[in-house]
Amino acid sequence: MSDEIVLSATGLGKQVSSPEGTLTILENINLQVSSGEVVALVGPSGAGKTTLLALLAGLDHPTSGSVELCGSRLEELDEDGRAQVRGRDVGFVFQSFHLVPSLTALENVMLPLELAEADNAAQRAREALESVGLGSRTGHYPRQLSGGEKQRVAIARAFVSNPAVLFADEPTGNLDTASGDRVSELLFNLNKQSGTTLILVTHDKELAARCDRVLELEAGRMLNRS
Amino acid sequence: MKSLRFAIRSLVRDLRAGELTVLLFAMIIAVTSMTAVGFFTDRVGRAMQAQAAETLAADLLIRSPVEIGDTYLQAGAAAGMRTAATAEFPTVAIAPGGRSLSIVTAATEGYPLRGTVLIADKMFGDSYAADGVPEPGTAWAEAGVMARLDVDLGDTIKLGSAEFRLTKVLEFRPDQGMGFMSLAPAIIVNAADVAAMDVIRPGSRVTHKQLFAGTPEQTAAFRAAWQDRLQPEERISSIEDASEQIASAIERAKRFLTLASLVTVILAAVATAMASRRYALRHLDTVALLKSMGASQAFIQQTMLAQLALIVLSTAAIGTALGFAGQTVLAELSARLTPFTLPEPSMQAALLGLVTAATVAIGFALPQLLQLRTTPPLRVLRHDLAPPQLSTGLLYGVAIAALVTMIWSIVQELKLLLYIVGGMAAMSLVAVGAGWVLVRAFTRFRGAGGVAWRYGLANISRRGRESVVQVVAFGLGIMVLLLLTVVRNDVLRDWERSLPENTPNYFLLNIEPGDWDDIARLFQQELGAVPEFLPLIRGRITAINGTSINDYEFPSQQAENFVRREANLTWTPTLADSNKMVAGEWWPEGYEGALQISIEDQFARNMGVGIGDTLEFSVGGEIVTAPIVSTRRIAWDSLQPNFYIVFSPGDVRQLPQTYLSSLYIADEKSAVLRTLLQRYPGITVFDLQVILTQVRSIIDRASMAVQYVFLFTLLAGVVVLLAAVQVTRDERRFESAILHTLGARRSQILKGIAAEFIALGGLAGFLASLGASAIGYLLARFVFDLAFAIDPLLWITGLLSGALIVGITGTLATRKAVNEPPVRVLRNA
Repeated sequence: MSDEIVLSATGLGKQVSSPEGTLTILENINLQVSSGEVVALVGPSGAGKTTLLALLAGLDHPTSGSVELCGSRLEELDEDGRAQVRGRDVGFVFQSFHLVPSLTALENVMLPLELAEADNAAQRAREALESVGLGSRTGHYPRQLSGGEKQRVAIARAFVSNPAVLFADEPTGNLDTASGDRVSELLFNLNKQSGTTLILVTHDKELAARCDRVLELEAGRMLNRS
Repeated sequence: MKSLRFAIRSLVRDLRAGELTVLLFAMIIAVTSMTAVGFFTDRVGRAMQAQAAETLAADLLIRSPVEIGDTYLQAGAAAGMRTAATAEFPTVAIAPGGRSLSIVTAATEGYPLRGTVLIADKMFGDSYAADGVPEPGTAWAEAGVMARLDVDLGDTIKLGSAEFRLTKVLEFRPDQGMGFMSLAPAIIVNAADVAAMDVIRPGSRVTHKQLFAGTPEQTAAFRAAWQDRLQPEERISSIEDASEQIASAIERAKRFLTLASLVTVILAAVATAMASRRYALRHLDTVALLKSMGASQAFIQQTMLAQLALIVLSTAAIGTALGFAGQTVLAELSARLTPFTLPEPSMQAALLGLVTAATVAIGFALPQLLQLRTTPPLRVLRHDLAPPQLSTGLLYGVAIAALVTMIWSIVQELKLLLYIVGGMAAMSLVAVGAGWVLVRAFTRFRGAGGVAWRYGLANISRRGRESVVQVVAFGLGIMVLLLLTVVRNDVLRDWERSLPENTPNYFLLNIEPGDWDDIARLFQQELGAVPEFLPLIRGRITAINGTSINDYEFPSQQAENFVRREANLTWTPTLADSNKMVAGEWWPEGYEGALQISIEDQFARNMGVGIGDTLEFSVGGEIVTAPIVSTRRIAWDSLQPNFYIVFSPGDVRQLPQTYLSSLYIADEKSAVLRTLLQRYPGITVFDLQVILTQVRSIIDRASMAVQYVFLFTLLAGVVVLLAAVQVTRDERRFESAILHTLGARRSQILKGIAAEFIALGGLAGFLASLGASAIGYLLARFVFDLAFAIDPLLWITGLLSGALIVGITGTLATRKAVNEPPVRVLRNA
């Protein structure tokens, strides 16, 4: 962990309109994350964790406030500009894995490299799969893999492009305890090795406890910092 | 480049995963169908054109009553065209046994440039194609001349000052005409003998013709170069001006094939749209993922465009290759059934394949695929997010524009285009409306049946929009199939009706009114029936509404050409079966009053005249004036004797006239003709058998091609169904897994699915019958000019076939989704 701030949010708010009127999802969120830091976002369902993750990663735009990610002010960028930042600096691990069903494990891991036109995509993807213990399953399709294996492929995909910041949305939420433990172990280990900043949305108190810092959200507000 | 490489890789992966199978299948079928039909119709069209050319004995000819000179022949030869020349003139043939007025054709080597002269080695013997023209000093004469002169092959006849040895019986000249112009039996001699005959003098009645044959481009260029530089007495004609009978049959056959090929393309386009929609839906997550990984909108768009371009190129190539193979099979098949050889296929249809693939892709796949670029990346976290819906107007607008463009490129006739597009638009509107009614109505009947029925109908009502889409797609599919059946049957039925077994195969011309009774007795005795005799008056129109035709402005060249030569006129108390009144009144029964005229409708329009206008004729030096009282439409393809201009009975009887008759004479009774000709040497017998064979072969070929095209249409129908099932497959897999989990038996789920598809198919079939009947009526009534009867069987067929085909195929295609273990489905959800 260094003192360099890679992610910061100032006065971040998100409101949506609904049949009942305007609904506040997030209100006045302020945070700063240093390079290499591992931060857990916790809170009950509906607290706004995933919305905050989406805003921080530039997948959505806030109603108010600003986000600076790896030196780019996201609210000043259009969708393609934010995509460029994500392509360069961001990786994701999702609760529902989001593997492309028509692609093999290897091809799924190759995707971010191919998009970036990186050299040796296949070789690097193969190494990434080996690093998550799936070197022998490169030719398997997602439907041929268990949930834990799918998430490991997704982790390999997230790390293969060496992102500065990795966002993980409930990475063990869809897994049984054993698989979940293995996946979280892998996630933390790889994170440690690569020095990536990790923003982790989770319900899992144990998982949160392993992080450098835990940010708790409730009804769209940040409760405390630890 | 980046997106192209990515597009190729993604495309290969999607292909391997079977994501594109239905889409590719649909587009390949569209291209195969269009190119197979395109290659084949191109060949048939050119074969038919060649047949039409045979009636001219050339692709293009220039005729004149005076000698033409060598300028055109030299120009034609210089342009690489084949040329020949003829002179036709009446003269008296003399032999020791008698004399006979004959039409002599003196032809140069090379005649005829198109078609063949048929000759025989004995009178009414087997005919075969002549190789060249008669040697100088020899002649080929029709049986009529020989009977009148009482000569046989080997005997010598005298034409003018020259003597000729008869070497062959002349059976058929391609340009002998179907307009009853040849009033005397024909003789062919070599052009080199004309001078020795010494019969052509200034003022002689002679028609000089120069014949040209070449490629369509050469012909068009020649015509364009010379038609405005002709001498006033010279006339140019080409295939387009060939006789109405052949032209009418060609036109009908073309429309026939056109309609058939169109059906397949429309069905395939519908399947393409459905498959693309599914492809787009299934790729929402992938696109969101790519965007979360940094892919820009432009990148997604370029990738989609590149993929579609690759799909277009590959389906065009595969489809065209299949289409080429398909038409070869068909051509082989038709070659065995018809006596004509088809020309080699031209590569024009290959372009048609590319155009078809591109049009279907742009109109029916592109909008949905391009919309993927606006997928919000946030979808990776919130699965319920989708790209903003495409405006319905845009989506359908693009599809309709593509469809209309395609139909236009095929039919190139506004009226037919409007009927087809109008029918489909009406059908779609009715189907969409009825679809909604169905969805709403079925919500109420859910409680009426068992659990399967409730489940099935609930599916229809819940997937409201999808259900409507399926009803419209199935409805359209079944409708076009029914439409083709209806129209096809009507056209064939009409032909069977208009060309019955005893369709006239001989025309008799030049019958003197006084010989009637005796000829009638002869036929009664030999054939057991007396044919109808029609008067034939040769006359020339001299003035229209008092204006001399020299000062009259003709709206059409065709009419002017007709008016400037001697025309065949008739009079009759009764309207012929092959004629239909358009306007005005036919003269009442027993009418013998002032002279009146009934005129063919299109001819009247070409002349710029109508009811109330007065025409003046010169008949054998006598001037006759009469008002037009009615207009008629003539079914030229009936092969009955028909006339543009018909007089009412009365004083017209005083005009110089002969009679003609058409009749059917079976082969074994053809000896009666010899008797007839011996008794009445002045009568000309005109053999229609060859022309009938030509026309019948065209119809055979057309109907064979349509049946062949049906295969593609059926295939396309199956693809629509598969596409429709595929669209909902993921959802169905999930649902049946949930139902299984809740304890539903497989059979219960299947029954529910069957109920859903049977209900959808039934409604689609019902709507299809409605649409097919309506469009069939419009096409039959206004385009094909046939009588049309609405067939209740059509409705039953539509309803049942819809319910059965959609019910069975839909259930079978969905079975796999039901069979999948629920745990796998739910785990992957």
